[in-house]
Amino acid sequence: METDRPVKLWIDNLLLSFGGVSALIDVSMNIRDNEILAIIGPNGAGKTALLNCINGFYKPQKGEIYYDGQRITRMRPDKLAKLGIARTFQNIELYAGLSTQDNIMAARHVLMRQNFVTGALFFGWAQKEEIEHRQTVEEIIDLLEIAPIRKKIVGLLPYGMRKRVELARALALEPKILLLDEPMAGMNLEEKEDITRFIIDVFEGQGATYPNTPVLRDGISCIILVEHDMGVVMDIADRIVVLDFGRKIAEGTPAEISTNPEVISAYLGKEK
Amino acid sequence: MGLRCGTFRENYAQDMAIFRTRLHWGVLFAFLIFLFTCPLFFSDRILTVMTMIGIAIISVHGLNILTGYCGQISIGHVGFMAVGAYTSAILTAKLGWSFWPALPCAGLVAGIAGLIFGLPSLKIKGFYLIMATIAAHFIIIWLILQLYNVTGGPDGLAVLKPKIGSFALNSKASYFYLVMAIACLATSLAINIVRTRAGRAFVAIRDNDLAAEVMGINLWSYKLQAFFIGCVYAGVAGALLVHYYGFASVDQFPFMDSVWYLGMLIVGGMGSTAGAIFGAVSLKLLDELVTIVGPVLSKIVAAQAAASLALITRGLVIILFLIFEPRGLGHRWGMIKAYFRLWPFSHEE
Repeated sequence: METDRPVKLWIDNLLLSFGGVSALIDVSMNIRDNEILAIIGPNGAGKTALLNCINGFYKPQKGEIYYDGQRITRMRPDKLAKLGIARTFQNIELYAGLSTQDNIMAARHVLMRQNFVTGALFFGWAQKEEIEHRQTVEEIIDLLEIAPIRKKIVGLLPYGMRKRVELARALALEPKILLLDEPMAGMNLEEKEDITRFIIDVFEGQGATYPNTPVLRDGISCIILVEHDMGVVMDIADRIVVLDFGRKIAEGTPAEISTNPEVISAYLGKEK
Repeated sequence: MGLRCGTFRENYAQDMAIFRTRLHWGVLFAFLIFLFTCPLFFSDRILTVMTMIGIAIISVHGLNILTGYCGQISIGHVGFMAVGAYTSAILTAKLGWSFWPALPCAGLVAGIAGLIFGLPSLKIKGFYLIMATIAAHFIIIWLILQLYNVTGGPDGLAVLKPKIGSFALNSKASYFYLVMAIACLATSLAINIVRTRAGRAFVAIRDNDLAAEVMGINLWSYKLQAFFIGCVYAGVAGALLVHYYGFASVDQFPFMDSVWYLGMLIVGGMGSTAGAIFGAVSLKLLDELVTIVGPVLSKIVAAQAAASLALITRGLVIILFLIFEPRGLGHRWGMIKAYFRLWPFSHEE
């Protein structure tokens, strides 16, 4: 395992329980810079609960989370978004009444400065800022190939497209850490291939193709992926963490994980 | 939302513009010219109706931002109109202020009242927030009645008509101009609020408050902002109402009006600025229709039934809209426009 990459997110002995049910028990892990970390495990293993702790939905009873050395445990989700943590959801959580473009613009919220007074006057400051951010939004729309649905209300879009809009919305936040909660769930092979390609594109950065949009130019160097599709996980993850009943049972490279006997019995199953 | 074939948008400013084509501008100017020449053709009776519609539009814009866009259902809207009304009445009648600084102050004080009564929205939503806003209405009216040293209590408060220099806006026509100018301004400000940063944050909170928070929207701040903006509109509308009557009284702010304002929003279409206007116009016109038809009808059916005609028709219209066009007239208007844009060769986009 490479250890030269600096730690971005440090999760230390997290304990989360709802009444008598423990969702996470003493979970510790490091998420390093410049890696895609996959979290796998059976249903109910605590994968989504862990993401919810990272972005502030759940307040763990014990343990701490540090992001770039700063303690972020039990911070409010909107403050974490300002720090640069964005996510997508297992069940799509878009703003159903807004168009694709406005959904993505809404994610620029933390990067914009205008308030409702300048917004009400519109001409001048607000318009200038809207145009500025619209340019970035258009580049994200371009990368994710959703230009034809730019003006469509997202509530009316098919499932695969809505998943893609959600990824676009997360990118528009220009995050430093991107949390993806089952981005391939419920998709057919072609849609899975598309999304996988987008994740890799976003991770690697597009360089000169999008020179004016830092998030696309430089890429997002730290992606946490929760996913059930083992083919995808084994292909694109640099490291894998396996959870089972709220405990971390293994951590390692895809090669190590696929031969780990404990993981095989808990989750992967034996090949006949 | 498309535009007519052959209308090209070459930059983002054009894409964001509301009035894009010559037709748009033509219709806008024709409408404004018609609106501001109304007093030349119409009787005082019709001008009164239009003035009342104008005041309702201002108020419904506020409710639309709060309920239609931000999803915080308020049935205390008339209470906040009363706050604005009494603020302006006290400032002008008791402290001798001019109407012009008193009007923005009325909006501001109503907005602050909205902030206070909006605080429960941080913890509760849906049905429970409705109950809290109903309570807000009764607390406000109770306070007005209790503070009779300042507000005149049940006796009310006589207020003067606004003046420009030495010219008092006594005539129906002059007040009509005042209300319409403010209604136009209020409409354009409302449109701009909902299409920029704050407006998107409001819709985000309405459609998915969990995702909104994860995407960096401070729910606390933006719910209160929605209450503030909504109640500023209510306060201005309330102030215009009492200065029109020349008298402020709690009877002008009955609880049921809050429900009807919500009804206007349903008929017009929540979350649409055009819808707010359609709703206010159509329900107010319906009232007028009923007052014309009512006396005729009372000769045919029982007088009591005719007397309740207004309530029955209003209720019926709202129910019918909820069943057959829950997205309101604003949505229907958009569909009609889209149809004629593509006529006669419509195609799937």
